[in-house]
Amino acid sequence: MIHSLFLINCSGDIFLEKHWKSVVSQSVCDYFFEAQEKAADVENVPPVISTPHHYLISIYREKIFFVSVIQTEVPPLFVIEFLHRVADTFQDYFGECSETAIKDNVVIVYELLEEMLDNGFPLATESNILKELIKPPTILRSVVNSITGSSNMGETLPTGQLSNIPWRRAVVKYTNNEAYFDVIEEIDAIIDKSGSTVFAEIQGVIDSCIKLSGMPDLSLSFMNPRLLDDVSFHPCIRFKRWESERVLSFIPPDGNFRLLSYRVSAQNLVAIPVYVKHMISFKENSSSGRFDVTIGPKQNMGKTVEGVIVTVHMPKAVLNMNLTSTQGSYTFDPVLKVLTWDIGKITPQKLPNLKGIVNLQSGAPKPEENPSLNIQFKIQQLAISGLKVNRLDMFGEKYKPFKGVKYITKAGKFQVRT
Amino acid sequence: MTDSKYFTTTKKGEIFELKAELNSDKKEKKKEAVKKVIASMTVGKDVSALFPDVVNCMQTDNLELKKLVYLYLMNYAKSQPDMAIMAVNTFVKDCEDPNPLIRALAVRTMGCIRVDKITEYLCEPLRKCLKDEDPYVRKTAAVCVAKLHDINAQLVEDQGFLDTLKDLISDSNPMVVANAVAALSEIAESHPSSNLLDLNPQSINKLLTALNECTEWGQIFILDCLANYMPKDDREAQSICERVTPRLSHANSAVVLSAVKVLMKFMEMLSKDLDYYGTLLKKLAPPLVTLLSAEPELQYVALRNINLIVQKRPEILKHEMKVFFVKYNDPIYVKLEKLDIMIRLASQANIAQVLAELKEYATEVDVDFVRKAVRAIGRCAIKVEQSAERCVSTLLDLIQTKVNYVVQEAIVVIKDIFRKYPNKYESVIATLCENLDSLDEPEARAAMIWIVGEYAERIDNADELLESFLEGFHDESTQVQLQLLTAIVKLFLKKPTETQELVQQVLSLATQDSDNPDLRDRGYIYWRLLSTDPVAAKEVVLAEKPLISEETDLIEPTLLDELICYIGTLASVYHKPPSAFVEGSRGIVHKSLPPRTGSSESAESPDAAPSGAPPSEQPAVIPTQGDLLGDLLNLDLGPPVSGPPVATSSVQMGAVDLLGGGLDSLLRSDVGGSPAMGGTGFTAPSAVMPANLGPPPSGGLGDLFDLAGGVGTLSGSHVAPKTVWLPAMKAKGLEISGTFSRQVGAISMDLLLTNKALQVMSDFAIQFNRNSFGLAPAAPLQIHAPLAPNQTVEISLPLNTVGSVMKMDPLNNLQVAVKNNIDVFYFSTLYPLHILFVEDGKMERQMFLATWKDIPNENEAQFQIKDCPLSADAVSSKLQGSNIFTVAKRNVEGQDMLYQSLKLTNGIWVLAELRIQPGSPSFTLSLKCRAPEVSHYVYQAYETILKN
Repeated sequence: MIHSLFLINCSGDIFLEKHWKSVVSQSVCDYFFEAQEKAADVENVPPVISTPHHYLISIYREKIFFVSVIQTEVPPLFVIEFLHRVADTFQDYFGECSETAIKDNVVIVYELLEEMLDNGFPLATESNILKELIKPPTILRSVVNSITGSSNMGETLPTGQLSNIPWRRAVVKYTNNEAYFDVIEEIDAIIDKSGSTVFAEIQGVIDSCIKLSGMPDLSLSFMNPRLLDDVSFHPCIRFKRWESERVLSFIPPDGNFRLLSYRVSAQNLVAIPVYVKHMISFKENSSSGRFDVTIGPKQNMGKTVEGVIVTVHMPKAVLNMNLTSTQGSYTFDPVLKVLTWDIGKITPQKLPNLKGIVNLQSGAPKPEENPSLNIQFKIQQLAISGLKVNRLDMFGEKYKPFKGVKYITKAGKFQVRT
Repeated sequence: MTDSKYFTTTKKGEIFELKAELNSDKKEKKKEAVKKVIASMTVGKDVSALFPDVVNCMQTDNLELKKLVYLYLMNYAKSQPDMAIMAVNTFVKDCEDPNPLIRALAVRTMGCIRVDKITEYLCEPLRKCLKDEDPYVRKTAAVCVAKLHDINAQLVEDQGFLDTLKDLISDSNPMVVANAVAALSEIAESHPSSNLLDLNPQSINKLLTALNECTEWGQIFILDCLANYMPKDDREAQSICERVTPRLSHANSAVVLSAVKVLMKFMEMLSKDLDYYGTLLKKLAPPLVTLLSAEPELQYVALRNINLIVQKRPEILKHEMKVFFVKYNDPIYVKLEKLDIMIRLASQANIAQVLAELKEYATEVDVDFVRKAVRAIGRCAIKVEQSAERCVSTLLDLIQTKVNYVVQEAIVVIKDIFRKYPNKYESVIATLCENLDSLDEPEARAAMIWIVGEYAERIDNADELLESFLEGFHDESTQVQLQLLTAIVKLFLKKPTETQELVQQVLSLATQDSDNPDLRDRGYIYWRLLSTDPVAAKEVVLAEKPLISEETDLIEPTLLDELICYIGTLASVYHKPPSAFVEGSRGIVHKSLPPRTGSSESAESPDAAPSGAPPSEQPAVIPTQGDLLGDLLNLDLGPPVSGPPVATSSVQMGAVDLLGGGLDSLLRSDVGGSPAMGGTGFTAPSAVMPANLGPPPSGGLGDLFDLAGGVGTLSGSHVAPKTVWLPAMKAKGLEISGTFSRQVGAISMDLLLTNKALQVMSDFAIQFNRNSFGLAPAAPLQIHAPLAPNQTVEISLPLNTVGSVMKMDPLNNLQVAVKNNIDVFYFSTLYPLHILFVEDGKMERQMFLATWKDIPNENEAQFQIKDCPLSADAVSSKLQGSNIFTVAKRNVEGQDMLYQSLKLTNGIWVLAELRIQPGSPSFTLSLKCRAPEVSHYVYQAYETILKN
């Protein structure tokens, strides 16, 4: 099981360590640094590293490496999932998961880590339970605590800890009872040079914010549940009901949580909402090249494509770029060789275009690789797969809740090859 | 008001200041001080000096302060064991606290303090907590048993905690069950022999019930535990699978992968005809694909596992190729794994898409990735024959880019393509030759040289090309040097007239100027081959090469099966069994996939049960034993009609006549009667070479020739000492003793005939009865002079295996009739099977894997070879002498595994796995053969060879 945890920042300082069994010397991280050096780019550090006596399993989140040390055969996914859960918890408690936030709240962090893992076994990882045990810091509370001398520790056993629904507290009370669902779909796609789709799929999630008193039992049904054939559920969902009736039946956790995630991969269901016309070329022996990109909307069911940003990793030989855009603004980072074009909303009448000259280092050979365009966009009030919520029913409580569903489609890993 | 203030301290006397604050009367100040101490601890600062002061703060009602002190204790108790005792009382008291949170906290913390004295006090409170009314305390206590076991295993056993823990598996609360399973699994890991997790249908049922209700982490523990269970039949396996399947939709990827493991394992027991089997296959694909949309770290682990799953059951993901397409901003470790899986999934149906992708990748930035992509194109060509042409043209396109490393990789893979599809794509050689100068990596240079040598007759300036490489011979890596040597020899054999000088040059470079023994030896061998028997040299060097097989990096099937049992674990990431790398795993129990068993019905009717392939598909039909005596009596003892006597001493000839007739014949056969050219052709070498050889400089060459005489015995297989086959008493004074031997492909019967009678013996003849392998004399028994009384004659009778065949019992029985002027005598002898092991009995690795898998398990036989204190290498070389070839060697948790193959004269292949435990003189030999009846005799052959 998980032996120790080291938090390491980008400059290679170990700024927190926690041991659940015996103390493991910091020097074990040297193996990690070695791997990091070899990988050059922080994102390329392999997640599982073996050392003579230990295994290091790490994740990289918010510019922090969470490096766990294990000694016995442990499922690495278990460790990685747990580490992400730790990062999520920090995010939840401190609003951000950053080195500063962690250092500012080091004692709470320590208490949390102790509460989350016992002897390497996960103990309490549900944020509901943790929040009952250790109260999140607020300015008000720390002021009150310092005056009254009371602590920010729960004194009693958390209620959800042992019930069959560990994700929910027992006594929840709200004056306004609300249930909101966000259906968020991200399109992952690879579009080839000629504009045809090499690969496309939709990664969808339904994130919920539920503030309902008591023990509500909800049923959520869809107009077209057949779309959902590859799903991962929050543990609260009753799998049997779904199997037999295609209805999501559950007692929700309190607050924000991810109800389910799903994947739609059938090519015909994945519509690609934008198209790109591009011309990026480099002349032989002239240390310059041409750049011309136009982006336009298609198949978006009458909705506007907005928040469009195009990012291009230019080849190393590129020195700078002289471009003009018909819409939005562009920046070129000459160190990272990244071109970012922030377009905003696309209006079909006047398609945004960015074109101009690319200057190469003099004497550098013509770059071999063609840069890929990475595109971000958003479409409000549309789930591109066509998924639609039919109705939400509540049982077990008498009051009438306020209900809302919001749809949004975004670009996930959306790449256009040139 | 943030905690960062705890880090800012005055330079001098930090510890001193803290000490004062810890002893302050004010509660708030105390707590702040403890927080500062903890803060120092989190960054690895040593604050153990404050131990007594911190422990003093322990007795408090403030839960936060208590927890903080506990945190401190856990870290430092080990370094201050005597002081830690001070805390014991408080712990014991807290274990009785009415608040379950505090009871649990106390027992939890006590378990973390790894001090012997404390553990003694822990037993009583722990016993109580294990039976606590509150499940939260019970589940904490369950983990505590595991902690205690880690510190003092004996104590835990003596106190009977293990039994209590086992009882907790039946607890009413699912969380307690999950933790008990987790604790037991951890204990079992260090105690492989103990039968801790004694799983039976009842306990499995309880686990399956708990599975639905416990936390996600608990589900992982339970699923991993379920995977160790061996269902009694396919029905039970199916019912477990049905209850595990819903876990595939869990949001936690670790739960998903553990569920996949259980399903993959139990699927093995299900019949493929079952509808459910198909359903299950379909259900497995989506969750695996979903794992790929998670964070890159999760993707990596998932991909490593998918790599195993795809090898075991390619049908699961065969339609999901696209999800493995690489995105340009995937981390490199994800890219490389995806590429690997793409090739495994490549088939005729999707090859066009795959190639288009691979070509795209070949223009990316990352060099490692590009190289692997180019290599992948080559692998596709070899795997999917229909695509080969397209692959080759793609590779040619890539070569046109002139990007250095792309060109080099492409040349390396094109070489493999030539090996797979000879005489098909040689038209591209010209293009390859254009890029000769840009090659700077040894592997690419070696590949190019191989191509030039192999196709020397089609490349007009092959000699120039090779000569250009020869200039910097000594600066090349060994790989290139060896390849160059072979290539030039090939060239010489193909175009002997123009390349005399070149071959002499390379031979002398290799043999005289090189320190590398491999190179030198190879040089000498070629030299000798060329000088003794160029025709033979041609046969050897230009022999037809076996085609390379499909996939080059498949995991061995036994290892793969084992790894499938470890899906989701580190073993699956490293693709090695845990015993090979996990430290401190004392004698891990091997996991293996369950055998396919029918349910009770099919067990009742064994006829209906599938028994795999028909047991024996022997290439040679062996008739059953007929009327033996009759056959023998009817032997015709006239001089047997067979081919001319086998020449015995072609070896010696070469030693003297270095460049004599040999080269002559080569040239004549090649140049087709142009003696003038031939003459000049080899007067030069005969002048140069012997000059070099004449005075043996370091005795090396001389030794080499000395060997010549002994070569036969060295390269031949083991020969048993002669034993008496026919005692004189039974044969009117003729005593025959003998043995069998096999040398350079020829079997012979070495006989010693002694005349113990008083009269002269003459007119010898010999005849064999029909036997299992068709052994027959290849020449008449030639004893020229009559055998005088008390005279002994030694004779070697060449044998062949073209005689008539009849199955004997025992299989290696040979009945012989010998005639002389006095009478006809009969005797029978057992010949060792290894005389029948042929020289080309080395199977290719891939072929071996496939064949091993293909032969049904019923045909496997296992034997023990005792008292044989040899190392694996010694064994391997010893067996090689008798034509038992080591195909692969692998080290599995300290044991050497040798995978060997041999072929009998009648074409029967025998595959062997020899397990050698260093230090132990006993080997385990497993044999697999389509004709299992030979296994026992092969085993005897092993024994004989190894023990002599």
